[in-house]
Order: sequence, then structure tokens, then C-alpha cells
Amino acid sequence: MDRRSVLKVAGVVSAAATALVAMPRLAMAAYTEKAFKAKGGADALQNAYGANATTPSDQVKLKAPDIAENGAVVPVEVATDMDAESIAILIDGNPSPLALTADIPAGTKGLVKTRCRMGKTTNVTAVVKSGGKLYTASKEVKVTIGGCGG
Amino acid sequence: MSSIRIKAKERKGEVDVKCLMKHDMETGLRKDKSGKKIPEHWIQDVTAESNGKVVFSCAFNTSISKDPYLAFAFSGKKGDSLTISWKDNTGATDSAETKIR
Repeated sequence: MDRRSVLKVAGVVSAAATALVAMPRLAMAAYTEKAFKAKGGADALQNAYGANATTPSDQVKLKAPDIAENGAVVPVEVATDMDAESIAILIDGNPSPLALTADIPAGTKGLVKTRCRMGKTTNVTAVVKSGGKLYTASKEVKVTIGGCGG
Repeated sequence: MSSIRIKAKERKGEVDVKCLMKHDMETGLRKDKSGKKIPEHWIQDVTAESNGKVVFSCAFNTSISKDPYLAFAFSGKKGDSLTISWKDNTGATDSAETKIR
């Protein structure tokens, strides 16, 4: 093998290695046992995003009812105008607080609407990951009838 | 009949997607009449693809309501295809395809 082809092979190998290293960043939002079974909100964020330092921000818009009559169906909406990479919903008082993580690829709006279960009156926190930082907005939702079974 | 119902509507270059998935979403905390716990059974991953490109993906916990509702928006155009699929903790999957209107 002459020098030229050796260099070529080396180039291909290093390109492949770079691609492999870059992979996790491109990975889609996927269920991870560690994050979703975590008992505390900070733990859940640590396991989901590798960081739990959050900054409250009014750019994160959280829509949830003041009083939810039925804890089994609480509509929650998270929207942001920031360049969001990921959105998460935390329900602090639930047995496992992390309810949802969503991956927002380029071209998709920073918006998620869903319906959550809430065991008791507690804070709902919307987390938006933008530029590697976590921004949050919280709101207390009063629950008359819990929705976690039991 | 698929367990997923999708509505995707384009307006000003933005596609609003609303979907409903039929699923029990058992939390594993509920008990049946004999006092035995009903095992967990819930959707873990949801992925939406348009024209073969992932436009939205998310992971659910058991704290998402029964028969999950999900809405999001992305930039796209009329006539494009949109496929939404889910996978639950037992490995079962389902998907549905629609045209953006």
C-alpha cells in the first residue's frame, strides 16, 4: 500500500469515527428508563439532558388550567419562540415527574400540546432546551380528583 | 383500523398536526377488583415523519393520559405525506399515514 492510499483509508476511518461521535446528538427523543423513572424533577432532567441547571424564562409559554377537575386529563401546552432543540414537561408531584420529552428538529415549531395525568395539586414545569441551556416556566395546577390510580 | 387518528392542516406554510392514539396507558399503579396491580402498559415513543424525514419525535411517560392526544406544528406543504407511529413498552407498534390538507 503506498502512502496515498494509506492516507485515504485514514481519512475514511476518521470520518466514520466523527460520524459515530456525532450520532447521539442526532438521535431522536427516545424513551430512557433512567430519565422517566427518576423520582425527582432535577434527577429526571439530569438523566434526560445531562444537566439540571435551569433558568426561568418568560420566553417559555406554559398553558395549563388553574384548576383541573379531573387529574386524569389535564391539558398542557408548551410553546416557545426560542430556537428549541427539545421540550419537556415535568409534573413535580407525580411518582415519576418527567411526563414527556419531545425532540424539535429544524423546521418544526417549538410547540407541544398534550394531556397529562396528575396525582395531586402540584407545579407543572415546562422545560425548553435551546442553545444547550434549559429554560423553564412553571405553574401550579390544582387537582380535585387525582388521576394516577391507586 | 389504525389506532391513530391524525389531522394535518397546512396554513401559511405551517402544518398543524393533531393526533389521537387509542391506548390504555396503564400506569402500573392502578389495581383491579381483586386488588392485584394492573401491569404497566404505555406508549413510550412517538415519531412523526413527513416525506421520509422525521419532523417530530417524543417520548411519553405513564403520566400521559389514556388515549393520548398530541399536537405539534412544522413547516411543510399541502399534499405531503405524514406518518405517525408509536411503540409501547411491550414492543407493540402501530402507525398511520395521512396526506396534509
